[in-house]
Amino acid sequence: MPYLDKMANIKLSRKEFERYIRINPEIERKISMFGTPLESINENEVEIEIFPNRPDLLSLQGYLRGFLAFLGKKTGLKKYKLQPPLENYEVKIDKSVKEVRPFTACAIVKNLNFDSEKIKEIIDIQEKIHTTLGRDRKKIAIGIYPLEKISLPIRYEARKPEDIKFIPLEMDKEMSGLQILQRHPTGREYAHLLKDKEKFPIFIDSKDKILSMPPIINSHKTGKITEKTKEVFIECSGFDFEILSKTLNILVTMLADMGGKIYQMKLNYDKEKITPNLTPEKMKINLENINKLLGLELSEKESKKLLEKMGYDYKDKEVLIPAWRTDILHEVDIAEDIAIAYGYENFIPEIPEISTIGSEDKKEIIKRKISEILAGLNFLEISSYHLVTKNELKKTRQKSEIEIEKSKTEYKFLRPCLLTSMLKILSENIDNEYPQKLFEIGKVFSRNIDNETGIEEKEKLIVSITPGNFTELKQVLEYLEEMLSIKLEIQESENESFIPGRIGKIIFNGKDIGTIGEIKPSLLKSAHLKMPLSLMEIELDDILEKLVV
Amino acid sequence: MERKIEEVLESLNPDERAILPFLREGDLKKISLQSKIDELRTSRALQFLGNKGILKLDYEKKKLIDLDDNGIIYMKNSLPERRLLNLLSDKKTIGFENAKKESGLSENEFKVSLGVLKKKAMISLSRGKLILEAKKEEIIKKSLEEQFLESLPLKLEELKPEQKLAFQNLKSRKNIIILIEEKQVIVNLTELGKEIITKDLGKTKNMIEALTPEIIKSGSWKGKKFRRYDIKSPVPKIYGGKRHFVNQAMDYARKIWTELGFQEMSGNLTQTGFWNFDALFTAQDHPVREMQDTFYIKDIQAKLPDKKLVNAVKKSHEQGVDGSKGWQYKWNEEDAKKVLLRTHTTCLSAKTLSELKNKKGKFFAIGKVFRNETIDWSHGFEFNQTEGIVIDKDANFRHLLGYLKEFFNKMGFENIKFTPAYFPYTEPSVEIQWFHPERKVWLELGGAGIFRPELTIPLLGEHIPILAWGPGFDRTIMDYYNIKDLRELYENNIIKLRKKKFWLK
Repeated sequence: MPYLDKMANIKLSRKEFERYIRINPEIERKISMFGTPLESINENEVEIEIFPNRPDLLSLQGYLRGFLAFLGKKTGLKKYKLQPPLENYEVKIDKSVKEVRPFTACAIVKNLNFDSEKIKEIIDIQEKIHTTLGRDRKKIAIGIYPLEKISLPIRYEARKPEDIKFIPLEMDKEMSGLQILQRHPTGREYAHLLKDKEKFPIFIDSKDKILSMPPIINSHKTGKITEKTKEVFIECSGFDFEILSKTLNILVTMLADMGGKIYQMKLNYDKEKITPNLTPEKMKINLENINKLLGLELSEKESKKLLEKMGYDYKDKEVLIPAWRTDILHEVDIAEDIAIAYGYENFIPEIPEISTIGSEDKKEIIKRKISEILAGLNFLEISSYHLVTKNELKKTRQKSEIEIEKSKTEYKFLRPCLLTSMLKILSENIDNEYPQKLFEIGKVFSRNIDNETGIEEKEKLIVSITPGNFTELKQVLEYLEEMLSIKLEIQESENESFIPGRIGKIIFNGKDIGTIGEIKPSLLKSAHLKMPLSLMEIELDDILEKLVV
Repeated sequence: MERKIEEVLESLNPDERAILPFLREGDLKKISLQSKIDELRTSRALQFLGNKGILKLDYEKKKLIDLDDNGIIYMKNSLPERRLLNLLSDKKTIGFENAKKESGLSENEFKVSLGVLKKKAMISLSRGKLILEAKKEEIIKKSLEEQFLESLPLKLEELKPEQKLAFQNLKSRKNIIILIEEKQVIVNLTELGKEIITKDLGKTKNMIEALTPEIIKSGSWKGKKFRRYDIKSPVPKIYGGKRHFVNQAMDYARKIWTELGFQEMSGNLTQTGFWNFDALFTAQDHPVREMQDTFYIKDIQAKLPDKKLVNAVKKSHEQGVDGSKGWQYKWNEEDAKKVLLRTHTTCLSAKTLSELKNKKGKFFAIGKVFRNETIDWSHGFEFNQTEGIVIDKDANFRHLLGYLKEFFNKMGFENIKFTPAYFPYTEPSVEIQWFHPERKVWLELGGAGIFRPELTIPLLGEHIPILAWGPGFDRTIMDYYNIKDLRELYENNIIKLRKKKFWLK
């Protein structure tokens, strides 16, 4: 169960941080126990990892809000005052966006006082939400604009790309929608998000100035906040109104914590909506279930206190969930927060008395026995990759039926046999002491449409001796046969890798399960080998099947 | 002293006895020549005598001049200039081209010969003809170079003035002579050695060397002594066959799991998107499902399990179960049908759960997992993972921590702690950290948690808390073997494998 998510680290100014909380070793420990691993700390900066389920902690303000509560300083659901929409605080949503990017959630925040530090923070959180929760702007794109350059109300509509013309950020010329996707660096990076769309979405003000073309880029004229900006218009666009609305909440509460005053806006969808909406969601919880899950016996009062340390309110068996939390799907999510508030270090580990009988996979046991038999004959076990390169296949005259999409290395094929890696390993060891007696047990892959995955995985054994001859290897095969109490038969055979007359197929229960013989000099040469090589490769599945019964 | 001398005498092997009378010669070559024991054996015998305290060896480097490939040929066929001179002493005068042809010399040899003979004023060149100038006695007399070649090998430092001249002349010519650095081995007898070489070796002559079946049978050993061996002298190294160290470590993990009462799960390395992701409540737009991170197989489409299960998983994703909201999107069957190399062994846990009859048990898996990564010292596309699940209606978070503690302690990680973590399919989630006793830092050992109801309900039909943990295993192996570079686990260098220590846990 390794990490599966893109990680986001935030770097907070230590000075700003310490205006609220003095850092000492205990606080450093608490940062990690809050579920936000402390990555590094120095005199200027505190670097903290934020897991992808907590985008609300991605800013200094959001982090402090959560962490101060956790420390027991400002507990419970934090309240923010919302101003109702003023005249024209409105975004008209045209039906044309339905096909391309149907939703937006918007707000206005006034009374701001930016400095370069704050502007950097705002850009940072936008970026981080874009890459994590926003799935690289696909799910969420955020735009923040200086209000003084915009004439309200705003329209959100979709137009044909050729009918979109504005100067995008970092450019000095007007460009069309299509040109932006083709020529602008950011346009090119995100072009795939609008590819195949007949119309592109835009935000446009009442004087027909285009503010932006989400999720790609803002206009140069209206799309950049500066230290002079006192009031902003914020929009989040995407496909799921709820997640957009929560993202908006994360942003406006951050700005409110910077001293801003939040104004709502009217969004006229088919049914009018007003955002931001900070009404907490209520979730009924069953404390008995939570105690059972955690192995604790918390009273309602204790639970309430712990919930408040995680920024919730609790009332009448209901948890009031902050409107900026995106991660609460189920009661278990609340249970985890209670566990964090309780402190992972305070749980007493316990192993319950359930008696079960352990057992290994029976085939694994037989495979181990085969390995032990071979090790007893002085063979050394090797362990190679399941993926092989085109070149390795070519050198050993093998073909793979199964190719990987977009491998980051040369290893692009699932191995069809163990021969390829064996020859490769031998070629890497030509200058090491001989004789070299090697073996490997591993899976090989071929197609089989009858299987669930369309792929057949077979367990194989390869044994090689160099310098070695047929007799020496046949001795090994016969010893294996004897030790495993199985009956194998060698029949004459032909194969382009082996010397004619010195190759046999190995028969088990009437089925051809492998090959034994001396490798042709031409193949030795093409695999860059110097010494005579005898080798056998055997399918183990039937043998294992028989032996485990 | 007498006893010591006797012991030493009894320990002499035949070669040592053979060279003993000639040790006063003082130098390996001479001793070898006199004793008629070849240099390699003499050298070994000298080493042994050194170990026994009879002598000390000094090594001096000498530069030696000897014949090179062409030199050896010329010694047989005479130097090119001699061959040209012989031709001229016959003909007295000869045309340039004819001389070249009749002398049988190569272009280069001919040119050099001309130069040499002209310089010594033995011939002259006029109107395309070679004319003999040397007198008969001059011709007969061996040249400095010829004399020099005959007297080889010579030591560079000991050259006489005329030899130096010949050396200079021949040095620039192709492969006639070669300068070899030779090690001279000088023998200095110790007090014990001086004593021993005066002793009569006769008594030790009839000592038994190797004990043979014949000696045992005939009883000829009676009344005889066995030659004493120098048991401290080094012997050639041998290496046995053995299992790959990674597999030794894997078997150890198997042992721990079974001791804890877990049953092994096994399964394919190729899996469907359904088992690897969907059944584990991993949203279809989750970044891990992109080709950037996961190996997908080209041109292949899988079959999905029975409709009931697929629909249950779909519902869990789209609208959630048991009061959960789910991911609130439209679940796409095509993504579930993609075939991939498993990114974790948790897909085996999902399958096990879906087939579970009595809804309890403890299971583990161990094996390879894959990630679309480049290869460097800390990354690879294949690695080893182990994983355990506990299915128990009464299981709780404290039990999870209990199992983790027990498991990791058994694996040799004494000082561990638990911190909050996040995984899409467990809640609560926990990260296990280990305090490395030498490096004095906390290191992540892996993740764990309790499976979410959105995962368990579709697979089991009801929510039972399932404790799950899946530490990566390569770090454990690297730590045990003090390996710094991940690639070493996969390099298969035979020397290293032969020398690699056994996993002793």
